[in-house]
Order: sequence, then C-alpha cells, then structure tokens
Amino acid sequence: MSSKILTVSHLNSYYNDKTGKFGEGSRRRQVLKDVSFEIGRGEIVGLVGESGCGKSTLAKCILGIVKDHDGEIVHGSKRAQMIFQDPYGSLNPARTVGWILEEPLRIKGELKDPERNKKVSEMIQLVGLDDGYLERKPGELSGGQRQRICIALALMMEPELIIADEPVSALDVTVQDQILKLLLKLNREMGIAFLFISHDLKVVYSICSRVMVMKAGEIVEQGSDEEIYKSPKHPYTKQLLAAVLND
Amino acid sequence: MLDVIDLNIEFHDHLTPETVVYDFDLHLDEGEIVGIVGESGSGKSMSALAIAGLLSRKHMKKRGQILFDGVDLLTCSRNVLRKYQGNDICMVFQEPMTSLNPVKRIGWQVGESLRIHTSLSEEQIKEKVLKILKDVELDDPEGVYDKYPHELSGGMRQRVMIAAALVCDPKILIADEPTTALDVTVQAQIIRLLKRINKKTGTAILFISHDLSVVRKLCGRVLVMYQGRIVESGDVNEVFDSPKEDYTKRLISAIPKMEKLKYEQ
Amino acid sequence: MKKRFMKNRRLFIGAVITGIMVLLAVAGVFFTPYDPNAMDTSAKLAGISLKHLMGCDNFGRDILSRILSGLGTTMLVALGTVFIGVFFGTIIGAFTGYYGGIPDEVLMRFNDAVLAFPSLLLALVFISVMGAGKLNVTIALGILFIPSYARIMRGEFLRCKNLDYVRSARLMGASDIRIMFVHILPNTVQVMLSTIAIGFNNAVLAEAGMSYLGIGVQPPDSSLGRMLSEAQSYLFIRPGYAVCTGTAIVLLILGFAMLSEGLEKNA
Repeated sequence: MSSKILTVSHLNSYYNDKTGKFGEGSRRRQVLKDVSFEIGRGEIVGLVGESGCGKSTLAKCILGIVKDHDGEIVHGSKRAQMIFQDPYGSLNPARTVGWILEEPLRIKGELKDPERNKKVSEMIQLVGLDDGYLERKPGELSGGQRQRICIALALMMEPELIIADEPVSALDVTVQDQILKLLLKLNREMGIAFLFISHDLKVVYSICSRVMVMKAGEIVEQGSDEEIYKSPKHPYTKQLLAAVLND
Repeated sequence: MLDVIDLNIEFHDHLTPETVVYDFDLHLDEGEIVGIVGESGSGKSMSALAIAGLLSRKHMKKRGQILFDGVDLLTCSRNVLRKYQGNDICMVFQEPMTSLNPVKRIGWQVGESLRIHTSLSEEQIKEKVLKILKDVELDDPEGVYDKYPHELSGGMRQRVMIAAALVCDPKILIADEPTTALDVTVQAQIIRLLKRINKKTGTAILFISHDLSVVRKLCGRVLVMYQGRIVESGDVNEVFDSPKEDYTKRLISAIPKMEKLKYEQ
Repeated sequence: MKKRFMKNRRLFIGAVITGIMVLLAVAGVFFTPYDPNAMDTSAKLAGISLKHLMGCDNFGRDILSRILSGLGTTMLVALGTVFIGVFFGTIIGAFTGYYGGIPDEVLMRFNDAVLAFPSLLLALVFISVMGAGKLNVTIALGILFIPSYARIMRGEFLRCKNLDYVRSARLMGASDIRIMFVHILPNTVQVMLSTIAIGFNNAVLAEAGMSYLGIGVQPPDSSLGRMLSEAQSYLFIRPGYAVCTGTAIVLLILGFAMLSEGLEKNA
C-alpha cells in the first residue's frame, strides 16, 4: 500500500477566456503553472492564497471537473471527495437530507434497504447530528448543519482524501470551531487525509501539518506548518503573514 | 442626530409571523463610528436596512421610531424618505460585484446620486466624481471613471461603492459587511480608508460585521446582537476587555487565533 | 399539511373550481339535459328559460348540454397537448441544456424552425396529413408546443448543471442520465408548473382557433372553442350564447391557473 495518496507533477491548467470585447473571440489563458506536490496517507495539507490565485482550480483539476490541463495527477486507490465552500449550493434543495445521504449507496447499488438506512443513520451521528435531520430539506438547515451534511455525504464514499475548499469561510465564527474539530476528529480517528484550501491563514495553521502557498497559479513555497509560519522564505508568504499577524 | 427607539421588525410573508428584531435602540452622534456585531440571524443587517429605509413596508410590521434629525423615517412619506436616501444616509453593501450595475460605467454610477439630489451640470458632476474617486485612494481616477465594474478587482470595486456612497457628503454611512468578501490585505486598507474619511469629513459610520477584530480596529462603540436582540453595548475596548454577557464572551473567544487546534477524544 | 392547503387561498380556490369543472365534465359524459346534437328548429337562438337553462344556439341545440359535453373534450385536448409538450420538451431541454455543444446547437435550430412557423399553418399541414379529430388535434398542438417548453427547460438545466450539488453527484459516480432526471429535474418543478398553466391556457385558445377553421374537433364532439367562435356571429342578437360559453372557458382556465400557482407556492 503506497503511502502517497495523491501525487501531482508539473500541472498546468488552462481555460478559454471569453470575456473580451464583442467580436474578439476567446483567448487561452493559463491558470496553474507547474504545480507539483504530494499528499501522504492521513496528512492534513493546507493550501493558502488569495482569491483568484487558482486554489479552487487546482481542486477541480484533481477531481477531474476541469479537464484542460497537462502534467501528471496520480491518485491512490480511491477517488477523492470534496466539500464545497458554499453549503447552500452543495446540497440538492429539492431533496431531503436522508435521500441525499442515501444516494451514493443507491448509485453503488451494493447494500439493501435496511442496511442502507443503518449506514445513513451512523453517518449522520458521526458528524454530530441526529436522525431527526433526515426528514428535513437543506433549506431548513443552518449553514453549520448543512456543512456537516456535506461532510457526511463525502464520507459515504469512504474516501482516502477529502478536498475541502474553504469549508468554514461561509460560517459564523462560533460554528467554524466545531466544524474544524470535526474534520480533525475524522482525520485522527479514520485516517482520512485532507487538502484544506483556504484564504484564512489562521484557520489553516490550526489544523494543517503541512502548508503550500499559492500565488497567481504557482506554488511559491511549501513546507511544514512551523517552517511556513515561523520562518517563511518567500516574500509573498511573508507579506501574507504580516497582514494577518498585525492584529 | 440619529435615534432609533424601540425598533421591532416582524415579517409577515410566511405563514407564521417571524420577529427578526426586538427592542432595538441606537443613538448615533455626528462623526461617531459605531459597530454592530453579530452572527447570521442576529438581526444586524435587518436593523441596518431599516435605518436606510430599504425594507419593504408592505411585508413587515414595524414598531418604534427611527428619528433622523427629528423626522421618523418609518412613518414619513416615501418622497421625504427618498430625499434622505443617497443624500444624507448612504449604504455600502457586502458584495461589490452585485451592488454595482454591470452595464454602466463607474463614472456614471458614482455620479448618479448627484444627478438625483442636486441640480449640478454634467461637468460639475464629473469633477466631483473624479475628486471622490481620488479620495478613496484609487490610483487612476480618470481611467477608472471610464471602466466597467468587471474590469476592476474586488478591492477597487469596494472603493468605488464607498465613493458612490460618499459623493453627496452624507451625514451617515451605513456599511454592511463591507470587508467580508475581500482578501485580508485589502480589508486592512479599506478599514484605514474609512477611518481617514471619518476624520476628514466627519461622516458618522454605522459598521456592521461579524468580524470582531475588524470592529475593534475601527469603531468607538459597539452593539452586540444575538437572535434579534442587543445583548450588550458600550465602548469597544470595554466590551472586548471585560465582556459582561455570556454570548459576548463566547463571541470573543471564538475569534480565530494563530494556534493549533487540539484533538480531544 | 391540511392547514397549509387551507391557508393557501390560491390553491384552495383553484382546486375547488377545477374540481367542479372536472365533475361537470364527467357528468357531461353520462348525462346532459338534452342530446347536445339534437336540433330543435323551433327553438333557434332561444333565450334563457326554464326549459333551456342557457338558451339554444343557432341550430336549436341546447347550449348547456353542449357546454357540458364540450368541457370534457376541451379539457382532454388541452391536457393532452400540454402533456406532449412538457414531456418531450423536458427531454429535449434536459439533453440540450445539460450537454450543450453541437447537439444543442442543432436541436435548438430545429426548435427555432418550428417556432418560426405560423402555428396555425403548421397545424393545418399536420391535420391535412393525419386527418382531423380529437386525437390528431391533440398531437398536432402538442408538437407545436414542444419548442417553447424545450427552451424553458433548457434554461433550467443550464442553470442547475454548474451548481455544486451536481458536481457532488458526479463525484459520487452518478451517471449523466441519473443526474439529469433524478437530481436536477425536481428542482425545475416550479418553472414547469407555471409554464403548464400558461400552456393550458394557450392550448384551449389554439384548439378554439383550429375548430373555428374547421380543422379542429369534429362533430359529434363539441368543443367550447368552436362554440365560442360560432357565438361571435350572434353576439348582439343572443349575447347569452357567447357569455355562457365564454364563462365556461374562463372558469376552466382560471381554475387551472390558480391551481398551478397554488402548487407552485407550496413547492
């Protein structure tokens, strides 16, 4: 069993920029430039950078949502799962929570009904909610509750790696803490690795053991949490830390 | 200057009436910067919208008074309200992408309040607009004047929003989470800009946010809201250093700090 | 649940009106005061009386009986038309909206072609090929209705396909078909309901137009639309004819529209 569950080598990604003036046509622009890194089993790796730097694009390339890229992406044995930033769009508003959580099992077609219900029930309790939530629709839940459901949904696929794209940015401060603790628990107890994408350096520091800093599509620095936060080398890293530590 | 007395807001468009703001009192003097902090559902944005006169009178039952220079904005005629809006009371919103009209140039948008509230000529309006664009620390006012919103970055758009709000020299600027959608480095600049403008023009600022650290840097007084009510209020340093209410204490302790999260079994 | 139904005034009134119309239509199949096609030459254009509660038309046929039997026909044709339009329109809209690309372009051009034709002309072509009668009218109108539904549903699928929950479904391994019809479709119900209401309205009127031209519903079936067209000529002599028929049509459309709006509000 390999100890690396994700290896990205020299990844470049592109997109067609159609926002030129009328009649100008589209231009092919490069978003990610020569991105290389690895994620080992059970690691929590952070990816920080300001908005628009390409963090979400990296996630989409890894998951195969964005296809216009070259370079190598090597996955472990299972497909990675994702938790999205906006807990309001990531759950089907027309379905109940129970239906949403059961769907991955239905698609796989493995378990039968009573066992499926049991698994859904287990999962919803694992993320700190109870069975009462299964009957409700996403629109009736708060942001924190929805994010927990998103996490439960990702867990249904029993992934080795979860890519969390700004998972707590849209949540209230008092709730952020709880969600981060939940992710930490899943990591320590179930050995799930995380690629934690955020623009919030403090949040990244709180749970990541390794950090990568991205600027304009390039990883300008990567290292352990202490290396990056206590002795940053790249000027951009220093700039980011300065803005945050000035509080 | 601004006195909100016993404001209660109740929504009636669902089957059961939903009270969103209870017993809200606020006093704002000229040149003050007051912050309203709270999480989602606290009622802070609702209160701000009410003060700005942006809440639909049809679907809501309101109680209390919003006295601006003696005039009750809740009960005055629409024409009187419109006179104040954009002129004496202005508002800046959170999402600069949707609060700017994407098909109109910046120069036109910023000058719109002047066009509505004054009888200045187009040249005079342009002059004022260029001046205010410079005041909000935009590097190339003439260039920005001709641009469209999508050609600017988030930070620049927010400055444009602030410019549009300030162009009529308002007495009150209401800012609803103006820095939330911005990067950390830009946030700091916007806060500094607001402070400077407050000092220079004496415009009072009502600053609404969920981010306490930002509120602490900018405001003199703060109101803490939770589930529609004001739970604590006072001088910002006092509230932060010696919070009295449980919720305030919880809010303060939840401020993200640069420290490792501990895993407990 | 029941309380919500009661409080939703639109839904309640709509359901009541539609319910009454359906009952009347069903009743009309089995029983009418007079044979709808029996002509009583002595009673041509008779006014409202105890004998003929809504008077008689220009052939001496009892209007009330014709309305009762016509209700059923009109409802069936309109519903059938809407069903064909929505069913195929949704399928086309789903595939073009979700996949886009060349199939989208091609299908949408076909769409535009059908839309661009004056509808009555196209209906004429269909009928001349297939022959007149209830079923053929329904099919012809249904086909005419497909393009507008396709366009609307295409818009809905376009809107939803980039939302995160769709991405989430893909990551679960859901097939495209499953995503389209199990995940996205329930989110389009609101739009569907409002277009159905408008479609029903248009179907009733389109059928009236076709019947007026003689290419619609044929005797012995009577249609409200045809009756209304005939009543036009006698508007000043016997307004009761047009008023009664018109009212029946209005109630039918109104009831259905309110029902749809009410369902939409609840959705």
